[in-house]
This record gives sequence, structure tokens and C-alpha cells, in this order.
Amino acid sequence: MTLARRIIPCLDVDAGRVVKGVEFAGLRDMGDPEELAARYNGEGADELILLDITASRDGRATFLETVGRVAQQLNIPFTAGGGIRRLEDGHAVLRAGAEKVTVNTAAVERPDLISELAAQFGSQAVVLSMDVKKTSAGWEVFIRGGAESSGRDAAAWAREGVARGAGEILLTSIDRDGTCSGFDCGLTAAIAAQVSVPVIASGGAKTFEDFLTVFDQGQADAALAASIFHTAEHSIGALKQYLAGRGVPVRLSR
Amino acid sequence: MKLSIIDYGAGNLPSVERALRSLGAETECVTVPEQIAAARALILPGVGHFSAFVSGLRQRNLTSALRQALSSRIPVLGICLGLQALFASSAEAPGESGLDLIHDKVQALPTNVKSPHIGWNQLRRVRKSILLREIPDDAYFYFAHSYAAAAGEPHTSAACDHGFPFAAVVEQDNLMAVQFHPEKSGEAGGRVLRNFLEWAQ
Repeated sequence: MTLARRIIPCLDVDAGRVVKGVEFAGLRDMGDPEELAARYNGEGADELILLDITASRDGRATFLETVGRVAQQLNIPFTAGGGIRRLEDGHAVLRAGAEKVTVNTAAVERPDLISELAAQFGSQAVVLSMDVKKTSAGWEVFIRGGAESSGRDAAAWAREGVARGAGEILLTSIDRDGTCSGFDCGLTAAIAAQVSVPVIASGGAKTFEDFLTVFDQGQADAALAASIFHTAEHSIGALKQYLAGRGVPVRLSR
Repeated sequence: MKLSIIDYGAGNLPSVERALRSLGAETECVTVPEQIAAARALILPGVGHFSAFVSGLRQRNLTSALRQALSSRIPVLGICLGLQALFASSAEAPGESGLDLIHDKVQALPTNVKSPHIGWNQLRRVRKSILLREIPDDAYFYFAHSYAAAAGEPHTSAACDHGFPFAAVVEQDNLMAVQFHPEKSGEAGGRVLRNFLEWAQ
């Protein structure tokens, strides 16, 4: 009996379409969110994350509609977020059909947001998303889609987020995101050692070996990827077979 | 058949409703005590905080109707917090009482394991189970919780280990409950719901 390591596809959506950027810039259309969600659900994904990457005020209704349509396709856990600023934003996402809400920039600016969401919906429903970049000061948390330094140390922020009630950490390496050079295992292991909650590694996945390494050396509880799944370069089923063959506990669908 | 889903004001009902409807069941959301009295089978879903759950039931005046229905052997399926609510109390909300149909206590997961226990885990069968009928022994189910009731007799039919062996599947007379989320547990979870429906018919 073992807790399985999770494989989580991520859909970054803008105006109702799935898009993908390289190092947080240069967006490319990758398809329809409902179609991709249904495909991943069938392929054995352990969870799905949907992120509103525009998060503009007027795009809000479109995003919630997408959350609702994607939820219809899934019988696995579903996390949504992007632009969550207030308790009501989180409530709207959960009401639309997600089980968990992810917060990022607004939580850095007003950490009470994490406490409020956790008190209302429980820690299991709150995912703290952190975009981290290596600077001369160490691993630093960046906000606004990676555009701006927050001046916060990644490990310290992870600890604070968990103390405030975050139930999971979604850890994205800005340096690796979209580069296909592998997960940042050093960063992932450093954060995983600091917190008592599961850590989802994100940014840089390219090969099956990258996933093996991030579970093994990176101590990740889950690994997230987007473009390599969207382009059907790798199927989730084949990835999980590969991991199972190398001793990683994964849930194989039958 | 029609299933009455208890809506205590903070649960995540849509995914449970959707999963049950996809199996051909009719569902209604219960917000007043009269609906409980008329129900043939109940679903007690739940996410979030134990105290939000019991105070939600209290505010809607559902507690005594629910206790009465469950003691009069109406089939019920508790999910996640809905399992915990069947117990006497929870360390999550020391001042509050649960429905106390099972006279044990819900405890916090210990600090030597990751908490919340989030993710897909397997079960250890303790005895023959109605809810797990025709589900492979090594199937995975999705858990998301920080508290759990210790596995015990006579209520537990399958346990899961995370810090301590806890009650993952409870089957005691008319009381059925699962600590995991069947509505989020893929095909195996769908089968649990179908097993409940068939049994409750």
C-alpha cells in the first residue's frame, strides 16, 4: 500500500483556448480545453490543473465557464486558478466545478488570502503556486507571471504558506519552464524538505527520465507538465508504465 | 432510484451529483428536515472543516432529522468529511459533536507523515465489502484529508495507512462511508458509487 506519485497535466488557458508560452512569454495555441481534459482523463492523468493566464477582469466569466465545461469531462481531481485575488474569486472557481483553487501573486501581496481560503474551504482545497527563479540572492519568488521579483525567499515563503493553511505547493522553476531541459530537482528537493505538505514540481519536463529524476532526486510528490502532453509527444499512460517499470509507485489505469 | 444529497452549505456537491447521475441515479439536494424524513437513501458529502459541517447541519436544522433517519436504517453513503461526521467527535473541532452513530473519535494525522494526505492510495481489505465489490485489491482511490478515524471493529471494512491505519471504508448496518472521494477516483470510484446504488435499491 503506497501513496502514488502523481502525473498532472496543466492547461494554461487564455480566452477559452489552451496556450503555451516559453519562459513565460510567446504564447502559442495548443487546442481546446475540454478536448484535452477528456483525453488526459482517459489516459490516466491523476489530476488536472487549469490556469487562467490572462486573468484580466473581463476574462473572468469566460474562465469560469471553461472551468465548468472542463469539470464535466473529469472523474479525477481538478484544480483551477489564475488571478485569484479574494475569497470570492476562490469560491467562484470551486462553485464552477474545481475541487482546489491555486493562488499565486495575490497571496504574496496579501498572505491572509491563503488563511481565508483555508479557513473557508479547508487546506486540502488550497494550492499555493510559486514561480521561482535563481538570483544572486538565492531562490527567489517572482510574481505577475514571472515578471517581477517579490524579494521573498522561496523556502521561507513556502513555509509561511503552509503555516497559513496551504495544503499543497505547486512549485514552478521559471528558469526551466518551457525550456525542455528537465525539472529543477535541486529547487524541488530544497522546498520539499522544508514543508510537510505535498510538492508538485513544474517547469522543464521533456523526457520520461526527467520525471523519474524529479521523483527520485527531487523528492516531488507530483510532477506537472503541459506542452509535452498537449503535442501528444508523450502519452500519460506510456509515461506511467515507464515509471512503474522503474519502481516508482504510480496508479496505472486499466 | 432517487438519492437525497445533504447540502449543509459548504460542500462540493456538483461533482458528486454528476457522478451519481452518470450512473443513472436521480438526485435531489436536501436543505430542509422534511426532505430527510421523506428520503429513501442519503448521500452525506463533505469537504472542508468539521465544525463548518456540523454547524451547517445545525443552522439548517438538519441534525436531529439526520440522526433519526440514520438510526431508522435508511441507507447512507458518507464521503470524506461525511464519513468523519458519523463519528462522535473530531480533533479538528474539539468543542463540537458529530452525529455519534459510531462512538469513536476522529484524530489528526500524525506529524511524521505529509499532511494533508493528498493523492491516490491503496486499501487493505479487513473483511468482505459491499462497496468494494468487483474492484481489484490493488485499485487506487483519491484521498484529500488531514484527519481520520482509526480503523476499528466493527465499522471498518477496509483500511488505508498514512501515519496510522485509518478507516477508509466503513460499513456498519445501514451506514456506508468512504474517506476517499469516489467521485474523483476514476473508474474504481465510479464502481464504489454503483455498488452503493445497487445495495441501496
